Amino acid sequence: MFAYTVKRLIQMVVVLWAVSIIVFLMMSFTGDPVFMVIPIDSSEAEIEQARRILGLDRSLPEQYIIFLGNLLQGDFGTSYVFRQPAIDLILERLPATLEIVVVAMVIATTIAIPLGVYAGANPGKPLSRLIMSGSLLGISLPGFWVGMMLIYFLAVEWRIFPSSGRGDTVEVFGVPTSLLTADGWSHVLLPAITLSVGTLAILLRITRAGMMEVTRQDYMKFARAKGVSRRGVLYGHGLRNGLIPVVTIFGLQLGDLIAFATITETIFGWPGMGKLLVDSIYRADRPVIVVYLMLVALIFVVINFLIDILYTMIDPRITVK
Amino acid sequence: MMQTFLASQFFFNWRRNLSAIIGSAIIAVFIVIVAFGPLMVAQNPYDLTQLNLLDSYKPPAWLPGGDPQYWLGTDGQGRDVLASIIYGTRVSALIGIAAMLCSCLIGTTLGLLAGFYGGRLDAVIMRIADLQLSFPSMLIALFLMSAVGTGIDKVLIALTAVGWVVYARTVRGSTLGEIEKEYVQAARVAGLTNGKIIRRHVLPNVLTPLIVIATVQVGTFILIEASLSFLGVGVPITQPSLGLLIKNGFDVLFSGLWWTSVFPGLMIMAMVFGINLFGDFLRDELNPRLK
Amino acid sequence: MSMDGQTPETLLSVRDLRTWFHTFSGVVKAVNGVSFDLAQGEIMGLVGESGGGKSVVGFSVLGLIDPPGRIEGGEIRLAGEDIAQAPEDRMRKIRGKEIAMIFQDPMTSLNPVHTIGKQMDEMLRLHTDLDEAGRKTRCIEMLESVGISQAEDRLRAYPHQFSGGMRQRVVIAIAMLAHPKLIIADEPTTALDVTIQSQILKLMKRQVAEHGASMILITHDLAVVSEVVDKITVLYCGQVVERGDVRDVISNPSHPYTRGLIDSIPNPDDRQARLKQIPGTVPDIRNLPKGCNFRDRCPRAQARCAEEEPKLTHTRDSLYSACHFPVAAGESA
Repeated sequence: MFAYTVKRLIQMVVVLWAVSIIVFLMMSFTGDPVFMVIPIDSSEAEIEQARRILGLDRSLPEQYIIFLGNLLQGDFGTSYVFRQPAIDLILERLPATLEIVVVAMVIATTIAIPLGVYAGANPGKPLSRLIMSGSLLGISLPGFWVGMMLIYFLAVEWRIFPSSGRGDTVEVFGVPTSLLTADGWSHVLLPAITLSVGTLAILLRITRAGMMEVTRQDYMKFARAKGVSRRGVLYGHGLRNGLIPVVTIFGLQLGDLIAFATITETIFGWPGMGKLLVDSIYRADRPVIVVYLMLVALIFVVINFLIDILYTMIDPRITVK
Repeated sequence: MMQTFLASQFFFNWRRNLSAIIGSAIIAVFIVIVAFGPLMVAQNPYDLTQLNLLDSYKPPAWLPGGDPQYWLGTDGQGRDVLASIIYGTRVSALIGIAAMLCSCLIGTTLGLLAGFYGGRLDAVIMRIADLQLSFPSMLIALFLMSAVGTGIDKVLIALTAVGWVVYARTVRGSTLGEIEKEYVQAARVAGLTNGKIIRRHVLPNVLTPLIVIATVQVGTFILIEASLSFLGVGVPITQPSLGLLIKNGFDVLFSGLWWTSVFPGLMIMAMVFGINLFGDFLRDELNPRLK
Repeated sequence: MSMDGQTPETLLSVRDLRTWFHTFSGVVKAVNGVSFDLAQGEIMGLVGESGGGKSVVGFSVLGLIDPPGRIEGGEIRLAGEDIAQAPEDRMRKIRGKEIAMIFQDPMTSLNPVHTIGKQMDEMLRLHTDLDEAGRKTRCIEMLESVGISQAEDRLRAYPHQFSGGMRQRVVIAIAMLAHPKLIIADEPTTALDVTIQSQILKLMKRQVAEHGASMILITHDLAVVSEVVDKITVLYCGQVVERGDVRDVISNPSHPYTRGLIDSIPNPDDRQARLKQIPGTVPDIRNLPKGCNFRDRCPRAQARCAEEEPKLTHTRDSLYSACHFPVAAGESA
């Protein structure tokens, strides 16, 4: 187990390193950042100087080494737009993004899994068919449009919820969170619901598929032959096995949520890192984009790692080499 | 051929499956729109000479203030929403299909090569695939678009870069299974070149699961393209796109002008829903295990 | 056969059992008029080709036929009580406690994510009032009695940690835990190595004898059957074509199908040039021919066989056969 963990950790590092190269390459080929820092009509000398400060006069591999070096020290450069360290900007906004992501995940899981188990265990019933049609619709919806519809109907027309922004925050261990106030929740709900739709639909479908697969297994029939009731067989034997594929998807979905948060935050004016990323793309604020990508890569890699470890723990058939 | 199809098990099951019929009907409608779109509406919303600013922001025809000339209302520039949707749908659908074909081509080729030849080639291709798969496609596409700029061709590249992986993996898996089989060894013994073996023998046997993947992927791509365009990093504003329409509609949503964003969204939803309905049916039909 | 000189009671009495499956492509009459009796302490072999309906008989007795299948008619009397159409509640009390079932593939009958201790415990919790300690003791006893050493440690193991033969022993142990009166074993050795098959069969026979239970051994392998059973019922296309004591059926069967099955067992002492086979294939069960189901493959078939369905009648000794032209003693088919 220990050896496996170490092996995975090394893989993580390699992946992050590969990502850093890709990010670096992409960023170096997208326009000239010099003019982000100095006005366009600067003199040749000023341009030269700016180039030197930004390190743009060195060769590409050299630039990369410097880049990597800075990265490892936590220096991601200064935002061209905000004139603050890019890493600070992103970290400030990380809690906000995590809030809607976590709430969205909770909403999606608590609705999707029970419905999915029901639909998987009773495939022919009309309610199951309805649930499946609903889930199909769920994966066909453009998330941003759903958000807009929610805003229009619930915020603009009926004024139940506010249409944008984050609510009052309270500091917990130095991290501000809006989940402890009613006002905070009224702001969190719409973006979280919007985010949760796609994931809910997918989790539901995977749960259903898993349960259907499981109900076909011999051990289910054997359990019935032992005298276990239908319900007992389903929940005692089927669920544990049926949820295994769900766990794998869970991790991927978490990543997807963080990705879709970019759009959701934009629509709802939610001050998270997604919105910052989109704004930075518009404004070609390279350092911020780099930080975002590296941080998100780190988050994904860690999530995948944790899911892998979790997986070996819940399925006793998986032996770790 | 028509006779055999109509008598086939596939058609028999299709006829009795309401979802499949609805899905196919929806897809058929969209194919018509893609083919004959411009002929279906009077106005070309991207031809500036046809626009009349005085007609801007008219609500749908059945509401007060509506104009029967513009069924679904107009936007800020006097563009007929219905016409915009039709044009936008064409672009979105075509991009989706084109990207799917590219992904399929590249992905399948790589998968065949990886599975057949194994070794370093296989290791490299699969490493890249795994790397890509640990990140959400939306993010990768977003990132690529931000790097290369907007444009329909660039959207195609981004989507292909994201979409090839699923084909490669599936085909590689199937290929690994097929090359163990005797007919491949028989072909080798008969002296066929590797290329011929792959093309003539292995390929036809690994195609079946791809049909479902390809169908569903068109829908996925349509959604990703719409998201990218909504963010402004997809199709340029001079070209029609449902995502762009929704984006423009977003700005005026708070003033109560809902029709410019609701209808394009419904259109996307309908298109992708139809594809998914049919895709589900295909998946059940082509699944050997359920037989 | 009695255990200790007393008159044997009939434990299970099946009369004209019909279990049909209503599929889109037609009605599959998997079991179409099967009758047999099983006395207490008896072991009966239920023999036939794959797909002949044998397993369906077993599931029908346990009431585990799911739609589109249905028990259309007939009686299944367990110690006098007709359970063919009994409600689910009643069946649940019977399953495991009165009737236990052993499946073919021990790899798939055990839940891979539960320890075998948990799966055995489940059986006891359902059917006994023992407390935790009592259950554990019983499980250990049972495991030892089926030949699994270090039983206490093994309770904590998972199914995939056992070999095929050991797993089947565990399955047998689970089946015997609640002291059932009847065990239905559906092809219990088919998924096992040939070398292990004999061991497992002997184990089952011993367990059944020790508990004073009865057993229906479902199999397509006549060679397997003869070592263990007291009598044999032969099934073809969902119907009984022959039944009788094991010795009579094996050495001198009267139905041409049974003859064919016996003859096709390879005999190392008989140095023939070719292995004998029953020609042809099992007919499509949705479209059974008129008259005798076996006539297309039967070397003795005549005009009458295509017109009239043969009824089960006594031929000789203990044999009952459904054939218009049964094979006489000493005759070759």
